[in-house]
Amino acid sequence: MSIMNMVQAINLALDEEMARDQSVVLLGEDVGLDGGVFRVSDGLFKKYGRGRVIDTPLAESGIIGVSIGMAMNGLRPVAEIQFMGFIYPAFNQIVSHAARMRNRSRGRLTVPMVIRAPYGAGVKALEHHSESTEALFCQTPGLKVVVPSTPLEAKGLLAAAIRDPDPVIFLEPARSYRLFKEEVPEGEYLLPLSKVRLVKQGKDLTLIGWGAMLPAIQKAAEAAEKDGVSCEILDLRTLSPLDWTGVISSVKRTGRAVIVQEAPKTCGLSAEIAARLSEEILLSLKAPVERVTAPDIVLPLPKGEDYYYVNSARIQKAIKRAMSF
Amino acid sequence: MLVDDFDPLKGKMLQILDKDGNVDKELEPRIDDKRLLEAYRTMVLTRVADEKSVRLQRQGRLGAYPPSKGQEASQVGPAMALGDGDWLVWAFRELGALLLRGAPLWRTMLYWMGNEEGSRYGEGINIAPSAVPVGSQIPHAVGISFASKYRNEKGVTLCFFGDGGSSEGDFHEGLNFAGVMKTPTVFICQNNQWAISLPREMQTASKTIAQKAVAYGFPGILVDGNDVLALFSATKEAVERARRGEGPTLIESFTYRLSDHTTSDDATRYRTDQELKYWIERDPITRFRIYLARKGLWDDAKEKALLEELGQFVEEEVKRAENFSPPSIDDVFNYTYASMPEDLKSQLEFHRHDLDGKGE
Repeated sequence: MSIMNMVQAINLALDEEMARDQSVVLLGEDVGLDGGVFRVSDGLFKKYGRGRVIDTPLAESGIIGVSIGMAMNGLRPVAEIQFMGFIYPAFNQIVSHAARMRNRSRGRLTVPMVIRAPYGAGVKALEHHSESTEALFCQTPGLKVVVPSTPLEAKGLLAAAIRDPDPVIFLEPARSYRLFKEEVPEGEYLLPLSKVRLVKQGKDLTLIGWGAMLPAIQKAAEAAEKDGVSCEILDLRTLSPLDWTGVISSVKRTGRAVIVQEAPKTCGLSAEIAARLSEEILLSLKAPVERVTAPDIVLPLPKGEDYYYVNSARIQKAIKRAMSF
Repeated sequence: MLVDDFDPLKGKMLQILDKDGNVDKELEPRIDDKRLLEAYRTMVLTRVADEKSVRLQRQGRLGAYPPSKGQEASQVGPAMALGDGDWLVWAFRELGALLLRGAPLWRTMLYWMGNEEGSRYGEGINIAPSAVPVGSQIPHAVGISFASKYRNEKGVTLCFFGDGGSSEGDFHEGLNFAGVMKTPTVFICQNNQWAISLPREMQTASKTIAQKAVAYGFPGILVDGNDVLALFSATKEAVERARRGEGPTLIESFTYRLSDHTTSDDATRYRTDQELKYWIERDPITRFRIYLARKGLWDDAKEKALLEELGQFVEEEVKRAENFSPPSIDDVFNYTYASMPEDLKSQLEFHRHDLDGKGE
């Protein structure tokens, strides 16, 4: 057990999975000698060599398309897309092939691969480096979409994703990479890709979020507690396929839900959650489902980013609206 | 080396059998009679099955179908150069290659009839499923061959695509990766002169597609795509290079689609009878038959018997495909993930009832 940040935890998971399974290979832009632009694969090139930690040409569709072929022929590639904003050239490969190969071949050929990509705002980066477009992938049957929120979670979820028989989009909150450290175990530590994490129990309201939104959610919950509101917090972990039982049972118990989503409002995952709650437990709801999201605008450059980024104060207001309905 | 002697940048094209079936004795490959006859049989089977499939489509018994007519040598020749454990990655107009590599005809028909079971070719048959988004299969072939190399196996991957596919970004990215990673991949571009209605000269200003290999740092060769011996020889050399660890090769098979792009297309809207006539005179099956006859391996009686046998065989395969059970509602849900997520299980049950028993 040692104290580490999320970058170190991901590095540890990659290292241990590569040591355990010869079929695991890493590939992407600058992942080798340079250790990745966020240093996530630091040291692995030296340890496993250029044959397993592969610096590729600068071509996202190529990286993902080649990874699909590797997976079809027995390897377990872990491909890095340098930023989620650069994943779109590979969108066709992900949606048209990675997600469908199992079904198309009736289970004869499968694509056990992981696509890692840092995502999200709040780090004052260049254009295209800050989006959170997970919903595009959640709408694609055949993919799993996983977003860790802490170093410990990142380790257990990534190890599970690498061992998973289906393609996993593993989105790492860039803002949380070095935000805090926690104890992370060395050796086998796996988390299920099918269960939400109960961060904190509460009885008045369920706060639902994932990835980089968790710190703001926790802060809002602490503030609400001071006003006498007991908040339950759910970290979704796996956005697709989602643990609907975990989400619905919590909101059924508390009667109120505030969903926090970094992405723009329309057609985001929060919309699906709100719709499911109304389908399943309308009569248990004591207030309309609240959503705290970015507006439906192009993500501003750093000088304007604070208008966009969901903060704890906005979540606190949503909690108040839900409680005073 | 053929790739040295037939440099596409010097305007060379490899041809061993000319349009009248005359063979270039210096270049004639040594292929045993049994394999020659197997190749011929597969080319004729491809033609017979292809014509049958078009008729089935017209009768509403098969969905939209991309005919192979005229490209039988272009498909069978390269596939002849593969061995056990090698992979075949294809687009959608490669029936001859599939049949030669062991895909059952009825399965390939089942696919065009609209059943995913048609892509289940059988254990140990290394053929990827059809890739409909043009060119998108090219990087897969590179990854598949990388995996063979990674495990120190000798397997080679043969990857088909068309002249249209060579304009896609995945062509560039795939060939570029293959060059850099030196993967055992053989790329076959079936240049059939038309991408639906777009003629080859509007697809690229490059004089040949073969010469594009130069930019990726590996050899390219232009081959008469209606000459099965030339395609076999060029591919065999490329496969051997790949097996020796010397990396990929791009082969441009210069051929012609004698039929429509698919059964939904009408090629008379964009090309002339004169052009069609020119290419009918260069039919790949005719010249191969003349070659076999001159070798004493073929005659009219054998031809008649073969056509009868294949006609009957194709009918049986059609019957088999048509008798195959349509998918159950469980089948269409079951292969989304390795194990069905809880929510999908409830969606399946809900859907079963929502379809008023039609999903039972």
